[in-house]
Amino acid sequence: MSTDHAVTFESVSKIYSRSTGRKLLRSHVEGWFGRQPREPFYALNKVSCTIDHCESVAILGSNGAGKSTMLSMVAGLSYPNEGRVTVNGRVAALLELGSGFHPDLTGAENIELNAALLGLARKRTDYLFDSIVEFSGIAEFIHEPLRTYSTGMMMRLGFSVAVNVDPDILILDEVFAVGDQDFQTKCREKVMAFKKSGKTMLCVSHATTTLHQLCDRAIWLDHGQMVMDGIAAEVISQYEGRSTTAI
Amino acid sequence: MAPALTSRWTGEYRFLIGNLLLKDFRVRYRNMSLGFGWSVASPLVMMGVLTFIFTRVMPNKIEHFPAFVLCGLVPLNFFSISWLTGTVSLIDNAGLIKRTTFPREIIPIASVLANCLHFAIQIALLLILVLASGYRPNVNWLFLPVIIALEIVFACGMALAFSALDVYVRDTRYVVESAITVLIWMVPIFYDSNIIPQQYRVVYHMNPIAAAVMAFRNILLENKMPAFSLVSKLTLVSAVTFTVGLLVFRRLKLRFYDYL
Repeated sequence: MSTDHAVTFESVSKIYSRSTGRKLLRSHVEGWFGRQPREPFYALNKVSCTIDHCESVAILGSNGAGKSTMLSMVAGLSYPNEGRVTVNGRVAALLELGSGFHPDLTGAENIELNAALLGLARKRTDYLFDSIVEFSGIAEFIHEPLRTYSTGMMMRLGFSVAVNVDPDILILDEVFAVGDQDFQTKCREKVMAFKKSGKTMLCVSHATTTLHQLCDRAIWLDHGQMVMDGIAAEVISQYEGRSTTAI
Repeated sequence: MAPALTSRWTGEYRFLIGNLLLKDFRVRYRNMSLGFGWSVASPLVMMGVLTFIFTRVMPNKIEHFPAFVLCGLVPLNFFSISWLTGTVSLIDNAGLIKRTTFPREIIPIASVLANCLHFAIQIALLLILVLASGYRPNVNWLFLPVIIALEIVFACGMALAFSALDVYVRDTRYVVESAITVLIWMVPIFYDSNIIPQQYRVVYHMNPIAAAVMAFRNILLENKMPAFSLVSKLTLVSAVTFTVGLLVFRRLKLRFYDYL
């Protein structure tokens, strides 16, 4: 891509008020604010940063710090209330793998549907089909309905489709808990290959050892605000130090 | 404030819509032992009951009553099912919307189109019954696809608007369910639309489903072209509904993620 930065956040805020985001969000906000009426809740509060092409950045923070909100904006799924998010390049988000799958369709049918949803063209899907099946390692069950799969098998399939979209920017939200040891190694290799080929990566994980291996830079968020932005090793050790003292 | 709204989705519309329709088709018919039989059975049962009531219990003077009733039931059934499944389509696919960036308009539209197979089977059934009642195909039958297309456009417009509303206000689906039971009486299913008093006709004809039913009867049972005023009203209302539906959807879709 021609433009300078892969991702630019300019003073970005995401605000939920108690009355919005029914069901899901209401329960969260009520939990945090007791029963105070209509107090705005900042999921992100004036966050600014730029991420360059080829960078791989870890996003750290406790639950509700704004990590997923940030990722959802990079992925183009949600929009800021204030500020501006600019993204250059094709994004693939590996969030909640396999949630687009239908249990009554076979593995093969789900691959095609998922690929279409993620934005692959028909020709490209046909071309990639075999490698997706091979990567997932469940070729012998591929014509069985998905409801007969184990959770691990479903995750493998989801991961296999998503990584084959060939994005410029890859978003990984806690996806390393996928499958067994062998498959996790395979995933890690695939992601390392991404990194080597000069793609931009954004990772969220509570497994800081993984983040150490994958990321050069880390951003630490707390209650929607940026606490620290710097070299991965430094931010991670600071973050871990703080977490333990806080508990 | 204004975010970059250009969708970063780079896929193919046809491939995606095709896959969504295929999914719906497979899921629906793979788990039914009767399969297509259901598309035929449900209108036939309804037709049988209505025919019994209105020829044996409360006799009337309408000729070929079964074909007459089916002309009403087929367009009504299609619209009712499309409107309802369209309205809940976004909630049903919340997982997709929270995770992928494909154009959201595709979801309600695909859900309406998925009902078209059902519709086609019922139309085939209707044509068989019309032929069996002694009518023969004529040039007016060429208007039938036009009326059907207009009804589909109208259903898509309603599905777009109400699916978007349903994300914000979950009661929308119950409003739609109630509206459908009211609609049954606003469409000439078992009575002739000529009994509508003159002063109410203008309003009555603005209902696209009533207009579609009347056009179906003009074409199939009365061997004539549907009235120009009827078709123009149907076209107008369908086009306006689709446009408004799309505008409402475009306006509301930015915050779907936050509400789903």
